[in-house]
Amino acid sequence: MSAATAPSGPDTAPVIEAVNLQVTLGGLAIVRGVDLEVPRGEVLAVLGANGSGKSTLIRSLLGAVPLSGGSVRLFGEPLGPGVPWLRVGYVPQRVPVASGMPSTALEVVRSGLLSGRSLRPPRDARTRALAALDEVGMAARAGQRVQEMSGGQQQRVQIARALVRRPDLLVLDEPTSGIDLPTQEAFVSTVRRMHESGGTVVVVLHELGEFGPLIQRSVVLRHGRVVHDGAPPVARVEHAGPAHDHAHAHGDPPSAASGLSVEVTP
Amino acid sequence: MTFWDQVVAMATSPLMQRAMLAAVLVGAAAPVVGTFLVQRRMALMGDGIGHVALTGVALGWLVGSWAGLVPNGALAVPGAVVAAVVGSVVIELVRERGRTTGDLALALMFYGGIAGGVLLIKVAGGTNANLMAYLFGSISTVSPSDLVWTVALAAVVLVVGVGLRTALYAVSHDEEFARASGLPTRALAMVVAVLAAVTVTVAMRVVGLLLVSALMIVPVAVAQLYARSFGRTMATASGVGVTVSVVGLVLTYWNDIPPGATIVVLAIAVYAVSAALRPMVRRRAAASDPHPEMADDVLLADSDDECQVPVPAPHRHPNASVRADQVGRQ
Repeated sequence: MSAATAPSGPDTAPVIEAVNLQVTLGGLAIVRGVDLEVPRGEVLAVLGANGSGKSTLIRSLLGAVPLSGGSVRLFGEPLGPGVPWLRVGYVPQRVPVASGMPSTALEVVRSGLLSGRSLRPPRDARTRALAALDEVGMAARAGQRVQEMSGGQQQRVQIARALVRRPDLLVLDEPTSGIDLPTQEAFVSTVRRMHESGGTVVVVLHELGEFGPLIQRSVVLRHGRVVHDGAPPVARVEHAGPAHDHAHAHGDPPSAASGLSVEVTP
Repeated sequence: MTFWDQVVAMATSPLMQRAMLAAVLVGAAAPVVGTFLVQRRMALMGDGIGHVALTGVALGWLVGSWAGLVPNGALAVPGAVVAAVVGSVVIELVRERGRTTGDLALALMFYGGIAGGVLLIKVAGGTNANLMAYLFGSISTVSPSDLVWTVALAAVVLVVGVGLRTALYAVSHDEEFARASGLPTRALAMVVAVLAAVTVTVAMRVVGLLLVSALMIVPVAVAQLYARSFGRTMATASGVGVTVSVVGLVLTYWNDIPPGATIVVLAIAVYAVSAALRPMVRRRAAASDPHPEMADDVLLADSDDECQVPVPAPHRHPNASVRADQVGRQ
């Protein structure tokens, strides 16, 4: 990234500003010295193979994983209670494992209205949660237990939980892995709406897929380091053509040993 | 004496009035905390805290006898509060550090708590009989000063537990999302742990340390069978807790049976009946929605008959093995 020249201040600062970010999990260096600056209104894709540290990188940007070095600023504020957390919407990759405790879609989405500064939901929480569920086409299921929903529907509930706070920064972790078509459309249209309203989006992807036209910039990670930062790269030739029948008879490729599925153009 | 006279006599007995107030408050508060514990998959935490609290009781006894306090057990309840809070914080810290050793830590607390309690009460010059009142409860001996403590602590548990329920729910439901929302997840987890500790010591007099956890967990298990939402689970569990506590207490007024055990047996009976009736109630509800849509998670758009126009997506990693695994676990 080029040097930050923007004057500091809550409204002119980059949305995300990470300097020499290091994350160590279980004694392993997962993210090794990443510098990342995301200006306002940008749609950024974080690409890389399985195990390249994409998810860990964005989780550390949001403070969900502790940093072992470097610093992160969100909206100009260092990670911590000072960050305007209600401007950040996060859609994790995995639906949390069911605890057997019933909770409705409405309750899950309502929990998205809380932050470090507001431990109790606002008065209009119910109305706002219903509106957010409506945006992802799940309003009719507001009162249904999330445990009874399909994986895709649970994902859409998670999008609604991120949208309910009207975020200025939306962070999506691998929204395209193994989900049904309506959910994928919900993801793409959410990103499009966010972009049209001037919001910032960071999305972790394996390949650009349907997000392709929306992506303005890509960062490619390899072994926890940034190896490409700029225009969206093209996929490897053998993966790209329409003739390529991408049948996954096998499971996920072994994470550590596999190469990148994205070619970096020099 | 007619039946009605007996009811009036029971209702006007100061002893029974105190016991009833304690039973209502404990019956209402314990399942509120239990709801969070079940959601955090720590249903046995109350047991661990209860065992540790026994050591606290004995420690209080020991300090009381050293200080020469007139009733040796005067410091038993404060001792239990301190030990329970310390124990719950330790359990929570262990859980936070490494999830895999959480049940081992609980096991150590169970055994250490009981052994420490029995050992220390002997050192303090008491007998195991002194511990029995704490192990199995003695609601009929609730004194006015006990009652003040019970009311105050139960009120704290209810106000904090119900007031912060959305935040505590958020942390228990999806800790990573909560952390990425700037919620003080650690502090909130500690709030749940300390609430559990306070509840254990409040309920100690009613059902006893060994059965405290039952009053926290069993009403939640009953509510979970029928309630759709988290909020309703909590409210229903609280209602069940109050009902079994009051009914159990009333039964002991006429029969010479231990109140704590009666309350717990009642709660389990309610669970058994609810679980047995559930298939009938559920089948009626199922008529409106026969398919709990679980299928289209693993399959992709290409084979999804709901979507008539499959968009040609040449390259998609379904991560099918992972997702199928997840569905299986739900």
